[in-house]
Amino acid sequence: MNDDPGAARLPYPEPRPPGEVAELERIWATPSGWRLPTAVNNTVIGVFYIGAAFTFFILAGIMALLMRVQLAVPENTFLGQDLYNQMFTVHGTTMMFLFAVPAVEALGVMLLPQMLAARDLPFPRLSAFAIWAYVIGGTVFVSTILYDLSPKGGWFMYPPLTLMEYSPGDNADFWLLGIGFIEISAIAGAIEIIVGSLRTRPPGMTLARMPIFAWTMLIFALMIVVAFPAVILATMLLEIERAFGWPFFTAAKGGDPLLWQHLFWFFGHPEVYIIFLPAASLVSMIVPTMARTPLVGYRFIVVALIATGFFSFGLWVHHMFATGIPALSLSFFSAASMAVAIPSGIQVFAWIATIAKARGRLRITTPSLFVLGFLFIFTLGGLTGVMVALVPFDWQVHDSYFVVAHFHYVLVGGMVFPLFATFYYWFPMVSRRMLSERVGRWVFWLMFLGFNIAFLPMHLTGLLGMPRRVWTYLDGMGWGGLNMLSTVGAFILAAGVALFVIDLIRCFRWGSGPENPWDAGTLEWLPNDVYSTRSIPRVTGREPLWDQPDLARQVQDGHHYLPNAPTGGRETLVTSPVEAEPQYVIQMPGPSWTHVLAALFTAAFFLLLTVKVVVPAVICGVLAVVCCVVWVWGLDPGPDRGPIEVARGLKLPVYMTGPASHAWWSMVVLMLVAGSLYLAFVFSYLYLWTVSPEFWPSGTAPALPPHEWPLAAAALLVGAAAAFFAASRLLPARGRRWGWSLLLVPTGAACLVGAVAVEILGHWQAGLDPSESSYGALVYLAAGLSGQLVFAVVIMALFTVARQVAGKLDHVRRSSFENTSLLVYYTVGQALFGLLLVHGFPHVVG
Amino acid sequence: MSPVARCILLACLVLPLAGCEGVQSVLSPEGLSARRIALLAHVLFIGGAVILVGIVALTALSIYGGAGWRNRLASEKIVIGGGIVFPVVVLTALLVYGLAVTRVGGTDRAGPDALRIAVVGERWWWRVIYTDADGRRFESANEIRIPTGRPVELALTTADVIHSFWVPKLAGKLDMIPGRTNYQTVVAEVPGVSRGQCAEYCGGAHALMSFFVVAMPPDEFEAWLVREAGPAAAPGGAAASQGRQLFLRGGCGACHKVRGTPANGAIGPDLTHVGGRLSIAAATLETSPQAFARWIAENQHIKPENLMPPFRIFADDELDALATYLTSLR
Repeated sequence: MNDDPGAARLPYPEPRPPGEVAELERIWATPSGWRLPTAVNNTVIGVFYIGAAFTFFILAGIMALLMRVQLAVPENTFLGQDLYNQMFTVHGTTMMFLFAVPAVEALGVMLLPQMLAARDLPFPRLSAFAIWAYVIGGTVFVSTILYDLSPKGGWFMYPPLTLMEYSPGDNADFWLLGIGFIEISAIAGAIEIIVGSLRTRPPGMTLARMPIFAWTMLIFALMIVVAFPAVILATMLLEIERAFGWPFFTAAKGGDPLLWQHLFWFFGHPEVYIIFLPAASLVSMIVPTMARTPLVGYRFIVVALIATGFFSFGLWVHHMFATGIPALSLSFFSAASMAVAIPSGIQVFAWIATIAKARGRLRITTPSLFVLGFLFIFTLGGLTGVMVALVPFDWQVHDSYFVVAHFHYVLVGGMVFPLFATFYYWFPMVSRRMLSERVGRWVFWLMFLGFNIAFLPMHLTGLLGMPRRVWTYLDGMGWGGLNMLSTVGAFILAAGVALFVIDLIRCFRWGSGPENPWDAGTLEWLPNDVYSTRSIPRVTGREPLWDQPDLARQVQDGHHYLPNAPTGGRETLVTSPVEAEPQYVIQMPGPSWTHVLAALFTAAFFLLLTVKVVVPAVICGVLAVVCCVVWVWGLDPGPDRGPIEVARGLKLPVYMTGPASHAWWSMVVLMLVAGSLYLAFVFSYLYLWTVSPEFWPSGTAPALPPHEWPLAAAALLVGAAAAFFAASRLLPARGRRWGWSLLLVPTGAACLVGAVAVEILGHWQAGLDPSESSYGALVYLAAGLSGQLVFAVVIMALFTVARQVAGKLDHVRRSSFENTSLLVYYTVGQALFGLLLVHGFPHVVG
Repeated sequence: MSPVARCILLACLVLPLAGCEGVQSVLSPEGLSARRIALLAHVLFIGGAVILVGIVALTALSIYGGAGWRNRLASEKIVIGGGIVFPVVVLTALLVYGLAVTRVGGTDRAGPDALRIAVVGERWWWRVIYTDADGRRFESANEIRIPTGRPVELALTTADVIHSFWVPKLAGKLDMIPGRTNYQTVVAEVPGVSRGQCAEYCGGAHALMSFFVVAMPPDEFEAWLVREAGPAAAPGGAAASQGRQLFLRGGCGACHKVRGTPANGAIGPDLTHVGGRLSIAAATLETSPQAFARWIAENQHIKPENLMPPFRIFADDELDALATYLTSLR
């Protein structure tokens, strides 16, 4: 099991040669001045990320205050109908997509490598790219409120209200734009976090010793991989219907507005847990520290987290209880919605047990206050969650202020309060000076009381019949007093947040604060600098700083793994996914403009498309691809440096290909994303068939093209796979440039292009029009989904060829080729399945 | 737990139980389904409050309790008992109870004795279509009259986007979705007026898309239905006659129907008996001559984005005449 011969002799007591720390500092230095945006270090971009998310929180909060002013008295005209409708849409969208998910991802970027004592995440530029795309896109989205361009369909944008007919103009497209960026950054973050938590743990940190936060981030990222593609597909369908009139949601042409609701909530409900689970796990990190005792029920919590992840995908229909779905199916989703309360209950009682077990008593610090406030608010939100899981009760309160109260209790209680606990608790990681505990108490009490005064009365407002998303209400409905109370509470809550911001500005000093001020047990409290920890420790328990009292000094003196930078660049240790035994050393890229420009041009591409300035948009799109290619060109360092010593007697390679490499893992995650997207499409196809079978070929649609067409497409697909398979055997020998792969790779890519073209042409010549029926739209969409993969394959294939011509690709140095061929095999599989569905299913049912 | 928080908690418990009168309140049920749900709601509130207090108490004990309490709480047993066993038992019981209530308010079709009324959601008002004993269909708008004690099956559809039909005093809500017809069966247990409101955001003036449901004793209802099926009353008096002329000459008939007159529009609400309804503009204004006059001239101010253009072509006395005429359409 343990193939690290030195493990038994750790720590290595010999003093390290001088100059190593200086070299680490030079290699990991943060670029200064105008080059600051090129930074990739997780502790730097993590701060940008959290800062951006928090700024969006403030902006959306200000909008909430304006809305509360509008609602304070009946028949108010402060905002007016149209602006109010825009504002609640932007408020919801910003809070969910630009604040909550990114804030959680930001904490992952910020904290995860530190908890794992890794020098950085495995793909530093990828996270930086995602952050910049998100910052630019989010800023544009939020600013639309200033020029009357904001969407006004509510944050879940139900069609047909959001179709061109009822939402003309670009407003709704800006929503799709905003979502597009968060989709990009969420997927990028998920890849980063899955590979990071499974492959860059410190030696000895088996899965069973992972901090709860790392567990949660792993589950969080896997949930993103399954859930986000559903909303990616939904947004694609909506934009395609808005732009080209393909009728996915138009009932008269065989579409169904409920398809949107299924796809959106299949994403939307897990989204709540995507936000909540990491926040809860922050609580699971803070409580043991404040209680000075290990978490009680660690294993129960891990099982509860996994169970929540699973359950959360079986609940989406509870947002649709009032759509008229038959009672029998409702009862299944009702049961699942209630069952998800159990894992939350496990966590609550585990925290109570841990607090009870405290050595001494629980220390009532500001983080503890926020945790206790969270416990109260979240429990209440959970209880009302059980209530709305009951179908008949939901029929009454659905889309009323009761539900507004419920989800604010869950989201503010479940996410914002833990986030503030986190700010206070982990602040010393980014600031030399800590936040004031005295001010912190004021912040907490203002926020806690303000929140409850604002949202507790809303339960009653809803029961008295007030629907959500109303910009005004008539006098005499009996809602005025409660609404005024809510408005007062909202301002008290805002005062708490404002006080926090003042204290933040007052106390923030860039740098590392006091060492382990809370006397915590996990690795992020090791002494650290820009390079993270001086050496990467071997850990023997869940709370290494408690279990190994001398660890901090040993690590600081370089007596554990990788105390220096043997390749002369940025690097971190890769370990095995389960047992965390050292396997190799990744060489990681440093600061660069390429990914920043790629993000800028990607953002510009989507923005210009949104306002329908097509030619500049395409130019920006091409530039974005060029920047990506330049960025990726330098990533494959090759195996030339040979094995290096990371600890006495332990030599590890610095280059890895195949299933052990981090690149291979990230491609697999990406394929999972693509697979989820395609499954969402298959669901849509079958779902619309059940709704409107009369639009399929047995009904009004033209007959399928003759068998020759799909057979030709299938042959081309198989040919593509064969070409890449052959190419993998015919890569050039080390140091050579010629190999048959040079011809096979472009041939394979061309076969893929041909297959998609044949599929589209076949249906076109059969007379199928995508804008005539949902069936036609789905058929062309299947080809389109494969087409976008083929587009990526073509670029990657050209890249591979260029690498080979440049002498940077051979049968050993083959990362680029392997990644391309993985995508090719996946694409072939997906496209073959698509042919089977599109050409086979109508025969089965016809 | 601070004293303030405790007060809030108490308020949460007591306020709903105090019973609130409200024309649109879940807590003042007058329909069979709504009453069952209100009972369920009270069970949930009391149970939820007890659990919340329990959690707060346990948390307080885990921090400030004596060694005995804290030892008892500090084990995995409490995680299993409180986190698994307790919720499984409680949730199973609730689920069964919930399913039983679901069947009462369900979306199954009503029996043959039910009265059938079609309701169409439109931006931003409600088209109501009755069918009389002879199978003739006639329209009304923004007000539904039903008999007490008899199941009424509402066929819910939409003319444009998704709306949601919600009369809290009678039953829960049910969406109106393009391409579908959803059926809701309500039983009003006592005579009375309930207010309903669109519960699914439908753009623009969603906030002002309400209506009334008037439950009447069966014999009164039957008499009303016969009157409602008939044509509009002939104008009595000079002002009303002038109003009728203005109505017809002003082009109102392009969108509105007044049965028994040439006004035969189908875009806006049927105004045949508009003067006899409790409200105009989808329960936004109480019916009165002043309300009609205001609506005709300033409707875009009262209800922005609605499809009716503001008619400022009428002089004040003409507006009065129109209002008199419309009020007389009982």
